[in-house]
Amino acid sequence: MGFVTINGRSVPIKGAKTVLEIARREGIWIPTLCNHPGLPPYGACRLCLVEVKAGAKPGLAASCTLPATDGLVVETDTPRVQRTRKILIKLLLERAPEAEVVKDLAKKLGVVPPAEQVAAPETTRCILCGLCVRACESIGSSAIGFAFRGSRRKVMPPFGKPALECLGCQACVQVCPTGEVVFTISGNRLQGEPWRSEVELKECASCGRLFAPRPLVEHLKERFGFDFAGEELCPECRRQAMAAKLAETILPGAQG
Amino acid sequence: MNDVDVRRIVASHPDPEGRLLSVLEAIQQRWRYLPEEVLRDVAQELQIPLSRVYGVATFYAAFSLEPRGKHLISVCHGTACHVKGAGQFTERLEKALGIREGETTEDGLFTLEAVRCLGCCSLSPVIRIDGTTYGRVRPEQIPEIVAQWRGGKGDD
Ligand code: SF4
Ligand code: FES
Ligand code: FES
Repeated sequence: MGFVTINGRSVPIKGAKTVLEIARREGIWIPTLCNHPGLPPYGACRLCLVEVKAGAKPGLAASCTLPATDGLVVETDTPRVQRTRKILIKLLLERAPEAEVVKDLAKKLGVVPPAEQVAAPETTRCILCGLCVRACESIGSSAIGFAFRGSRRKVMPPFGKPALECLGCQACVQVCPTGEVVFTISGNRLQGEPWRSEVELKECASCGRLFAPRPLVEHLKERFGFDFAGEELCPECRRQAMAAKLAETILPGAQG
Repeated sequence: MNDVDVRRIVASHPDPEGRLLSVLEAIQQRWRYLPEEVLRDVAQELQIPLSRVYGVATFYAAFSLEPRGKHLISVCHGTACHVKGAGQFTERLEKALGIREGETTEDGLFTLEAVRCLGCCSLSPVIRIDGTTYGRVRPEQIPEIVAQWRGGKGDD
């Protein structure tokens, strides 16, 4: 079993894949914006950087993608780390001045947002962390993706047209740290922005309540053989139907 | 007809390594740009998400998602050519063709673009039209060069 030294303390690797995982386990705070324990690391925001002292290429490295290997020595809060993090968060503030997570983190890192923001031509909250892209990909729809590069880089549906592959699962909403993704219900339709997606909501055959996006139900059935809406019932009505069936089985004659 | 061509192109690039990129290159060669319907066919044929195809297609400056003219005029704006007045050439060409950089002439004959170093700095300033490279070119030569290509140069 290997050991990693973090901030002068030797800790066992114990199945952790990255330095970030170990730091989290050991209660050492490292700021992150593009990491989610359920999704593959991507190394986009660079805020999680640490300073490698030995055991790997010395210098700054993103801890979320830095493999935890035996003999690695890292420091998570050196002046160099602090300085670089400040630069990074300042850049993010410039890009997404309205994103609360960015503002909060800036404050935590001792960076004051400029009183007067130079209004970007197209303000956005998106910090290009790519969490939504990875979430969409792992669900199996890949309705959205990164497009263009450099200053034009953007997360969008192909050709900027309504995301046809969107299942309405809203995993992107769950993982987006900035609130850039918003789904709203209008009638029996679920609309997702900025993906320009629109999906139909399935109606419960018994009570008529809208309970799940139709494409999601179909996708789960097709891909995982998981038919959670087989009887076309919402969870509530399904529970009732199950209870009734159960009662009938174990207490025959109890009904009516 | 589109999808027959796409299928043929995909079939001729069986190596999974870097497949999407070579397929897109072949498509750009065949249509001179990457038409939307064709990219949709590519995603289907390669069985990969359209968002990935779109991501790669928009990442590389060498790909165009807009129709391009029959001849592509690339003005080098790399460091060496910039120093030798690349801006002037773009301006002259814009005037001669009646379009701006990045646009295509109405007759579909020319597209004008600016590129970074073409890799032959010793010849700077450099202009390339399709496969023909013009080195140490002088601004006064522009009208004549354009006239040659209008007159059918490179048509065989
Ligand atoms: S939309 Fe949200 S989750 Fe997606 S890249 Fe932007 S900030 Fe990240
Ligand atoms: S959390 Fe590591 S780069 Fe964003
Ligand atoms: S800068 Fe133009 S060829 Fe290199």
